[in-house]
Amino acid sequence: MHRAAHSRNMGNVHNERYTIPMTFSISSKDKNARPLSLSGHVGFDSLPHQLVNKSTCQGFCFNILCIGETGIGKSTLMDTLFNTNFENFESSHFEPKVKLRAQTYDLQESNVRLKLTIVNTVGFGDQMNKQESYQHVVDYIDTQFESYLQEELKIKRSLHNYHDSRIHACLYFIAPSGHSLKSLDLVTMKKLDSKVNIIPVIAKADTISKSELHKFKIKIMSELVSNGVQIYQFPTDDETVSKINTAMNGILPFAVVGSSEEVKIGNKMVKARQYPWGVVQVENENHCDFVKLREMLICVNMEDLREQTHTRHYELYRRCKLEEMGFTDTNPESKPVSLQETYEAKRHEFLGDLQRREEEMRQMFVQRVKEKETELKEAERELQGKFEQLKRLHSEEKSKLDEKRRSLEDEINTFSKKKAAAELLQGQSFNTNANLKKDKDRKNSGFM
Amino acid sequence: TPHSCKTVPGPGMGDFSYVGIDAILEQMRRKAMKQGFELNIMVVGQSGLGKSTLMNTLFKSKVSRKSVQATSQEKIPKTIHIKSVSHDIEEKGVRMKLTVIDTPGFGDQINNENCWQPIMKFINAQYEQYLQEEININRKKRIPDSRVHCCIYFIPPTGHCLRPLDVEFMRRLSKVVNIVPVIAKADTLTLEERDFFKQKIREELRANGIDVYPQKEFDEDAEDRMINDKIREMIPFAVVGSDQEYQVNGRRLLGRKTKWGTIEVENIAHCEFAYLRDLLIRTHMENIKDITSSIHYEVYRVRRLNENNTAVAHANGLPQHHMTSHEM
Repeated sequence: MHRAAHSRNMGNVHNERYTIPMTFSISSKDKNARPLSLSGHVGFDSLPHQLVNKSTCQGFCFNILCIGETGIGKSTLMDTLFNTNFENFESSHFEPKVKLRAQTYDLQESNVRLKLTIVNTVGFGDQMNKQESYQHVVDYIDTQFESYLQEELKIKRSLHNYHDSRIHACLYFIAPSGHSLKSLDLVTMKKLDSKVNIIPVIAKADTISKSELHKFKIKIMSELVSNGVQIYQFPTDDETVSKINTAMNGILPFAVVGSSEEVKIGNKMVKARQYPWGVVQVENENHCDFVKLREMLICVNMEDLREQTHTRHYELYRRCKLEEMGFTDTNPESKPVSLQETYEAKRHEFLGDLQRREEEMRQMFVQRVKEKETELKEAERELQGKFEQLKRLHSEEKSKLDEKRRSLEDEINTFSKKKAAAELLQGQSFNTNANLKKDKDRKNSGFM
Repeated sequence: TPHSCKTVPGPGMGDFSYVGIDAILEQMRRKAMKQGFELNIMVVGQSGLGKSTLMNTLFKSKVSRKSVQATSQEKIPKTIHIKSVSHDIEEKGVRMKLTVIDTPGFGDQINNENCWQPIMKFINAQYEQYLQEEININRKKRIPDSRVHCCIYFIPPTGHCLRPLDVEFMRRLSKVVNIVPVIAKADTLTLEERDFFKQKIREELRANGIDVYPQKEFDEDAEDRMINDKIREMIPFAVVGSDQEYQVNGRRLLGRKTKWGTIEVENIAHCEFAYLRDLLIRTHMENIKDITSSIHYEVYRVRRLNENNTAVAHANGLPQHHMTSHEM
């Protein structure tokens, strides 16, 4: 902010008649501004008033996320907290997945207009398998951060009119078992503690006795500490509120009771729950911590909750998201790069890269196909050759065999001829012999 | 998301029905007190028009650069210098870091063409610095604001009309910064001359399309417009500055003593210093800063990011229109 004294020569400015060297030097007195005392009333003590006026005209935004099992009393507590009847209806216990339901209301008190958004988890803790329960909540919170980031990165942006939907406070409703936190509670809170300001409350605290409550609170806080869960700490640096905030930090988690019904106590109607054995008064600090919760959440620390969300949780989200996308801080000498346009450029680069790689793969594929083709052709040729060879062998064989057959046939012929000839000869001789015999026989037969 | 309007009953309307939403005003006030405020005012005008004195009068202390540096003999510099001096001041628990930016040498050369340039450069450099901080990945919790919130332009009391230098400067700079024109050393004008001069100036500003603060287009609502219309009918304020006190009617007042009388700086019958002070400090300071950050700075930012957009588009060989989508 304060630059050391130095001069910069900005070059020459030419015009038709003269050349005048233009320089401007920036110097400031010290690195630090010097303190000065005023000799009279100037009037800038009205600045906080001007600032508050401006904010009053604009209105305020506050977003609360309520996480807790179905039926634990989230909606009732919200009604009691803001002294009004928000439209809500009982949820079923049979939701297949955890859903988040956000409703926005315009509230006004005195001249302050508040745009209040209450986000309720629907079906939290109802599933048989609760492993995915917290994920929807984390996703919802991230989505709100993302919306804001998008708006902030736009070229033409309207941050002043932007309806801030980021969650400023997360009330985590702990079931009044009296023993310890459930594992779902620990896992969920651990996932959320770096994304949102967590304020744990013990719901339906009228079911726990005072001594049990004390032990329960200690157990809860020690479990949170031993698991490294960072819940929201009420700020103690401002001396106006540090005392009360420190005290309240020690009373966490708040044991609350909610009620939209009124009961007559003495001559006043108070918000309470009526039992046969007595009346639990919501706003009686001996009965529960409701008043403390309202005090801390709304009257004392609402602005701090909003600020922490913006300067800590949102900045963390933004930093991680931008680093994830591959951005790093440019050195101070280079021009500022529009993150959005760099994103476009990188995406374009990436797509180009993708295209190139696709092209490469295609080339490689074509190449391989060609190779395989030649291989196959090679093999085909080989086979053809073999086939030819075999054919040739076969025909050779065949011709050989034919020859042999012919020769054999010839031999057979010759033989048959010879045989025939021999037979003939034999037949003749036989005939002769036969004739002789016949004659003989005739001769001989005559004698018979 | 469904939307409904509910009125929470305020305090006094039934027992225990007070929620405490309006406590946020006090919370904001506390936060503002703790953080302190920043204000950067630039003064522009020829030498000898009483810029430094006026600053000292406004802030009732020696805030001008002259009080900070030893000037044995005030020489008119040959070029325009931009000198910025910061002070920490405090009033009734409200802390403010006031930076006064002086421009010695402005309008003092023989040839004053382009005298607005170094000033424009400086103002843009402050926007640039803020932009750089804003787009860092690791950002500071509170970005230091060195942007010029208000530029007081000193018109010499000629009594006739604006000079070309005045018109040129205001025309160009009113587009990037809030300009508050004042008639300097108004004690040389009679009331009639003053009124005539002011009217001429207003006409010329209108004729040249120069929008000085409070700009008509930024009036938020009817109430705003009413208040600002009254102011617009009075500008430019005819001011007299002084850091000397004199005894007038038994009271010690800031003034200028002459042979023919003592001009009381804070007397609205004598000059309009009090109006200027009220406008700048007591009523419209937040608004001035607001307009700087939500309008002038944003205009600079849009221009700057689009510039880069062109560069990136060319680098990637993309047609211009492809890159002008503003959604991610």
